[in-house]
Amino acid sequence: MTEEIITTGERRELISFRVGDQEYCVDIMAVREIRGWSPATTLPQSPGYMRGVINLRGAVLPIMDLACRLGMPMVEPTVRSVFIVVKAGDRMIGMLVDAVSDILSITDDLVQPTPDLACDMVRSFIRGIISIDGRMISEISLDRLLPEREALAA
Amino acid sequence: MDELEAIKVTFFQECEELLADLEGGLLAMQDGNDDGDTVNAVFRAVHSIKGGAGAFGLEPLVRFAHVFETLLDAVRSNEVPATPDLVVTLLRASDVLADHVSSARGLGDVDEAVSASMAAELKACTDPNAAPAPAAAPVVVEAAAAPVIEAAPALIGADDALDDDDLGFDFQPMTITIDEQAADVAAAAGNVWTVSIRPKSDLYRKANETALLLRELARLGPIQATLDASALPPLEFLDAEAAYATWTVRLETDEDENAIREVFEFVDGDCDLEITRGEAVAPDAALAALLAGDAPAPAPAPVVEAFEPAPVVVEAAPEPAPAPVAAAPVVAASAPVAAPTPAAAAKTQQIEVPGPGQSVIRVDPERIDRLIDLVGELVINQAMLAQRVGEYGIAPSSNLAMGLDELEQLTREIQDSVMAIRAQPVKSVFQRMPRLVREVASMTGKQARLVMDGENTEVDKTVIERLADPITHMLRNAIDHGLESPEERKAAGKNPEGVVRLAALHRSGRIVIEVQDDGKGINRERVHSIAVKKGLISPELQLTDEEIDNLIFLPGFSTADKISDVSGRGVGMDVVKRSVQALGGRISITSRPGQGSTFSLSLPLTLAVLDGMVVDVAGETLVVPLAAIVESLRPKPEEVRPLGPVGAVLAVRDSFVPLIDVGLTLGYRDSSPPPTEGVVLLVEGEDGSRAALVADAIHGQRQVVIKSLEQNYQQVDGVAAATILGDGRVALILDVDAVISLRRREPPRPVEPTLIAAE
Repeated sequence: MTEEIITTGERRELISFRVGDQEYCVDIMAVREIRGWSPATTLPQSPGYMRGVINLRGAVLPIMDLACRLGMPMVEPTVRSVFIVVKAGDRMIGMLVDAVSDILSITDDLVQPTPDLACDMVRSFIRGIISIDGRMISEISLDRLLPEREALAA
Repeated sequence: MDELEAIKVTFFQECEELLADLEGGLLAMQDGNDDGDTVNAVFRAVHSIKGGAGAFGLEPLVRFAHVFETLLDAVRSNEVPATPDLVVTLLRASDVLADHVSSARGLGDVDEAVSASMAAELKACTDPNAAPAPAAAPVVVEAAAAPVIEAAPALIGADDALDDDDLGFDFQPMTITIDEQAADVAAAAGNVWTVSIRPKSDLYRKANETALLLRELARLGPIQATLDASALPPLEFLDAEAAYATWTVRLETDEDENAIREVFEFVDGDCDLEITRGEAVAPDAALAALLAGDAPAPAPAPVVEAFEPAPVVVEAAPEPAPAPVAAAPVVAASAPVAAPTPAAAAKTQQIEVPGPGQSVIRVDPERIDRLIDLVGELVINQAMLAQRVGEYGIAPSSNLAMGLDELEQLTREIQDSVMAIRAQPVKSVFQRMPRLVREVASMTGKQARLVMDGENTEVDKTVIERLADPITHMLRNAIDHGLESPEERKAAGKNPEGVVRLAALHRSGRIVIEVQDDGKGINRERVHSIAVKKGLISPELQLTDEEIDNLIFLPGFSTADKISDVSGRGVGMDVVKRSVQALGGRISITSRPGQGSTFSLSLPLTLAVLDGMVVDVAGETLVVPLAAIVESLRPKPEEVRPLGPVGAVLAVRDSFVPLIDVGLTLGYRDSSPPPTEGVVLLVEGEDGSRAALVADAIHGQRQVVIKSLEQNYQQVDGVAAATILGDGRVALILDVDAVISLRRREPPRPVEPTLIAAE
């Protein structure tokens, strides 16, 4: 099930970033800040893509390894790794990515529907695909990224 | 519309406070404190609720409040004596009023029958003579009859609908039975009233106007106003902001006293008001004061006019009441009469409490929470800074180090003050209890009086919200199980009315709540036999009295012979104990046969910080709540005994406690090192089960600020919450119970990357 692509002429800005050798982006309005990597406190009983939690000015912020979440192999973060703090619903989470690359300004008609992929899971995380200057950038659907609270609160 | 809704929300908030005031006032009256102020406060509370409700067209509430108010008004004017029985009735009426408020709010319904009978009872109290023949009825003035300022315009409309209302209030708008009453008084005075008005300076400060009051009075009938300016000091002593004038108004009207009083509704408390039937006692003397225009008032008068509204009023008065004014004889009698009065006037002037008084700020709790978060951050930051400076080896006597010390002290003080902002008196919980006691007592057919103590004891908001349930439960228990029936009490030589005492106090950094009854105490034999019968303890076990008393906290224990509506709701004391322990608290009971029992509940003052033991487990730093730790020890090899293929137990003074490796249970490591290399924390779970948690090292004890994991993530098994340590990193706070139960689920759940798609 892909989300409806709304074709309005309104321009949106997106922040694009690299995960492995792929490019993804999120709506800039959801981004709160971008920070350099700092070691996280491991959370027990949690899915492997949860790197743990860090202290973000007094709030406990969970860090999600985006590569791992998208089913790619987990890579140890380097000094150049960053996490993007985004607001998804009423929660704030940090997405660990390799590097932030660009700010894109697009209209929604540039967004193409996600093609049928083998992996339904990945498809459900991707809102659509944007093609700019021969690059393929996938837009992340933030509300699908975090596990449902009820589902895991065993 | 939204705006109206917002105002309505405010109204209901105020109702909460007013209902609390009402109940507080009534309780004070019950304790024999029935001075005018208390009665007035009670009256005002009901009156304000009625006024607001009228504005929103909440008719059932208005109707009930009106009946209630009428009675209170009678009490206020001493027409009905405030007997203890009456106060009890009033208290019950306040409960019904609270129900009406909740119902108007859309929470719950009013028991119409109860409400109607309560209303009838109130009416009967208001006018005892009318009671036997309800048709002959209530002393209720039809608001519409007097074109009077009424706080609630809608009320007038409401009254029209009264005849056929479904509540069974027969309050037909009838113009009052003044004539009959007047007949008693002696027809001499006819329908003449004397109203004496002495405004306080507050009246003017609140932008009220005596002229308007006089004009309203004039609508009731012809008036004759005389001004007594004798209290007016010479110009050099004149306080331009103060009020000195007194009016005496002779009013001819067919309305009754209530109608006259309603004129002064808006200035209630801001002026001394005397309404008497008949002519003023010494009209001639009163004439010392003269009507406005012609007042041969001392020289200052015209000057004052420029500053103060009071004298202006005098001029305004005649306009609306053209006719009788001229009748006021212009007598220059001021001199002789004036002499005695100034002293008296000066005296009252001093007593008058000026102005704004105590002001309270309403603040969105979220803002305070944010402030507390920030201060927590400040504390952490300060600790980090101190640590860094220490690393650079700066001398403790240097300016930098001393400045840091000061910073630390300041930070602490800020933290304390901020926490104090959020601290609230337990009153907000306590004040719900009198009603509960009344209801439970009437349900169980017992007589109970609640005595409360230490209502102003302060505790953090996070704790207060969770006090209500345990207290409710303990009180129910105390009345239902603790107190005997009135007959039994009489037989035992006690006052048939049982006393339940609810007290709050601070003790060694915790809040202690005590619920004490003077009932029969715990029947230990029966408790013991029930525990044996239910298989909770073995029959041979010899228990001390104290141990038997505490059996009631065991899960599955209920001593009630019959399941009563009150405490036999399937929730036993074990639930109370568990919920208290979940807050890091303890509950205990002491009991003396024939003299009663005392439950005592001790809780931390805040749930925002916690005392914890900082430990190392597999390279991770964890915090174990201190409340759960019984002792910590380094196990000797002979104390560790293997049990089964992987398990082991620890021998602690003749008992065996299961050893739990925290690192393994939480999935930090795959195999546990020998327990003898680590440290063991002997912990007690909420259900009383013990376990020995194995950690690698202990760092020490620390007070930590609790941070929620759920806010941005979700609950994690085995972890209660998180905190931030001095190095700025997040440390997890261990959920001891969850760790124990996790361990029971053998084998430990493997931690593997699970991919959960939202679909």
